Amino acid sequence: MTGKMAIVGDGDSITVFKAAGVATFPAESDVKAREILRKIAKEYKIIFLTEELARPLTEFLKRFDEEPYPVVLSIPSKAGSSGYGTEVLKSAMERALGVDILFNN
Amino acid sequence: MARLNVNPTRMELKKLKTRLNTAVRGHKLLKDKSDEMIRRFSVIIKENKRLRDEVEKELSEVLRQFSVARSVTPAYKAETAFAMPSVALSVECGISSIMGVEVPDVQLEESKKTAGLPYAYPEITSEADYSVECAVKLLPKMIQLAQTEKAVRLLADEIERNKRRVNALEYVMIPQLEETIKYIKSKLDENERAAVVRLMKVKSNG
Repeated sequence: MTGKMAIVGDGDSITVFKAAGVATFPAESDVKAREILRKIAKEYKIIFLTEELARPLTEFLKRFDEEPYPVVLSIPSKAGSSGYGTEVLKSAMERALGVDILFNN
Repeated sequence: MARLNVNPTRMELKKLKTRLNTAVRGHKLLKDKSDEMIRRFSVIIKENKRLRDEVEKELSEVLRQFSVARSVTPAYKAETAFAMPSVALSVECGISSIMGVEVPDVQLEESKKTAGLPYAYPEITSEADYSVECAVKLLPKMIQLAQTEKAVRLLADEIERNKRRVNALEYVMIPQLEETIKYIKSKLDENERAAVVRLMKVKSNG
């Protein structure tokens, strides 16, 4: 099965991926991003989403955790990493194991 | 612990014993499954952490560099240059299974690899070229990360569900069955004793 990749984020952060051949969808706000995600979730298999947009949509993104596809991955935007990805990782780990085996703090 | 509402008969006793057997066996199996899933999970999550740290570091670098490089070119020119990329990347999406949990298995398709950059405009500075190149190089790693992270989440959900099943069996189902079996046994013994006593009385009277 062949799938396509998309990236959703603010204009500046995603242009470089447009040049690299990934479909880009500019979204300024989380409301817009939610709309776009709804629309493209069926068509694209891998969706990158910048952290600023992913953070307010945490609840919304949970619905993608039921099935293997689409894969939604939060990536840092040009402003740098805000630690959101690590937080998500940490919460998954605590849910599954009940203890922290990576960060120890 | 509440016992089940059943008639204290031999039939029921037999049925319950079978159920208890099944429950104990199921509990053992699920517990083993849970242990193995947790072992796999801890391996994957370590891999995930390593990948994420790498990707975040490199991606921030690429984006920072690109925004600097782009600022040299007028915005509209950059937009037009990047607006129509000549390559469209596609990925091969498969499904693999970790302990019965379906996880995505993604490969970047290399077939459309073209030499050089996906655009050809003299306006674009070499710095921008360089950052686009870096981004292309980073993509396989990002896909790998996307795949691992999804696997982590799916596996975490499954572990949670499995834990619930194990606990339900261990703390509800099995004690309940054991208690009911004990109750039926004592009831049956009681009946037997009553029968013996009755017989003795009848015999002594006659």
